[in-house]
Amino acid sequence: MSGFDLSAILSNPEFRLMLLHGVEMTFIIYVGSWVLAMTLAILLLCLRISPLRFADPVVKAYVSYHRNVPTLVQLMLWYFGIYTLMPDALTGWLANHNAEAIFAVIGLGLCQAAYFSEDLRSGLRAVSPGQMEAAKALGHGYVSAMRFVIMPQGVRNALPPLINHSVSLFKNSSLAIVVGASELTHAIKEIENVSFRTFEIYLIGTLIYLFFSLLIMGAGAIISMRADASMRAR
Amino acid sequence: MMIQDIVNIIKDYWLLLLIGQYPNGPLGGLVNTLVLSALAIALAFPLSILFALARLSTFAIVRWPVTALVYVTRGVPLLMLILWCYFLVPLWTGADVPSFWIMLVTLVIYAGAFLSEVVRAGIVSLGPGQMDAARALGHSYMGAMRYVILPQALYNMIPSMISTFVSTIKDTTLGYVINVPDLTFAASQVNNQLLTQPFQVFLVLALVYYVLCWTLTFVANSVEKRISRRRAGPVNARLPAESLPLKTLTEQL
Repeated sequence: MSGFDLSAILSNPEFRLMLLHGVEMTFIIYVGSWVLAMTLAILLLCLRISPLRFADPVVKAYVSYHRNVPTLVQLMLWYFGIYTLMPDALTGWLANHNAEAIFAVIGLGLCQAAYFSEDLRSGLRAVSPGQMEAAKALGHGYVSAMRFVIMPQGVRNALPPLINHSVSLFKNSSLAIVVGASELTHAIKEIENVSFRTFEIYLIGTLIYLFFSLLIMGAGAIISMRADASMRAR
Repeated sequence: MMIQDIVNIIKDYWLLLLIGQYPNGPLGGLVNTLVLSALAIALAFPLSILFALARLSTFAIVRWPVTALVYVTRGVPLLMLILWCYFLVPLWTGADVPSFWIMLVTLVIYAGAFLSEVVRAGIVSLGPGQMDAARALGHSYMGAMRYVILPQALYNMIPSMISTFVSTIKDTTLGYVINVPDLTFAASQVNNQLLTQPFQVFLVLALVYYVLCWTLTFVANSVEKRISRRRAGPVNARLPAESLPLKTLTEQL
């Protein structure tokens, strides 16, 4: 094999297509699990601040499980374990609809929801209780005080950890390779097996991951800057 | 039924899950997971101090490469880093390196980069006054670091160290992709022997990790409360512990 040659990979249409499919699948998994995680996180948060007495220990157990068990093990439990316990009709449907990607989204999303909900909760907790009292004294109801006074401040407090965890989620999407989803890391390994140009393809893969991670960090930085600016403008 | 299965799995395979095939093969299982993470943290700790000092250095030639390394390590999935080491370590050493050592190298770099951010934050949060005062008392830069800055910064860092240890335990599971004989590997061996009870086997695996990481996180939190109380001093000693912000830097996997 000759020396370092990036074009051997980049000028090969087949490899380019494989990489593109990998990036596409990584994005589907990332966006899908992010949306699932955020939805669940908000739900968990609502349960936790609600006066329902059974809710608090349930949410605590959920968060504790998902933070203390490695994400990889959670994914394995979903794909190798729970998948086999499902009724046949559902299993058949999933098998025809890219079950690997679906379980990657479910596993990563449920896990990430625990982190997101904790981020949001600590953001809300950092808003002083005086804010709620002041809003009520000004004639806001509970919901409208939440909507206009507490939530904007709480979410702004929670932004830095939410951004960090969004980047982690993007990186964790690579774990989907273990359940067999054909995402970016999978594409990289496939191309390596065919081309034997390990160094080149790893370099390309690393740069793709790095680029999107930095993009998410950058977008996060802009969002928090604008949130701060809009707060100061008031 | 299901509980009976789980009890049977633990009864039949506890030794395999604990130490792998040790007397007849390489050390594995839970013990290997712990050895791997403890070694990784022990080696990453001095490395992270060097990284942090390099990042705070006034010499751009020292600062830039380390800053780049830290950003790359934080921006790339651990899995990608493992693949790199799996490819490069045997190439450089020219030997057939066992996957355990490849995983150790990866984890040292990864945990080192993350810990260096903790160390750096610890040093920066002390404020410039400490360094100025130490220099005024006649310490050199290194002397001030050694005797004044680092002892304080590292003491405040203990909880973050423990939570990085927890993260590292969780990170070792990724050794599965290069067949490191750890707890996850042992569980998948058990699964391959049983074939019919994947849910039960992986549930046992999840439970073992849960107990392990929950206990260590609990220790980290109690140490953190103690440290915040000590730092708050005797006047504030009667403040309820909840009112103190818990700032353990957790990095997830």
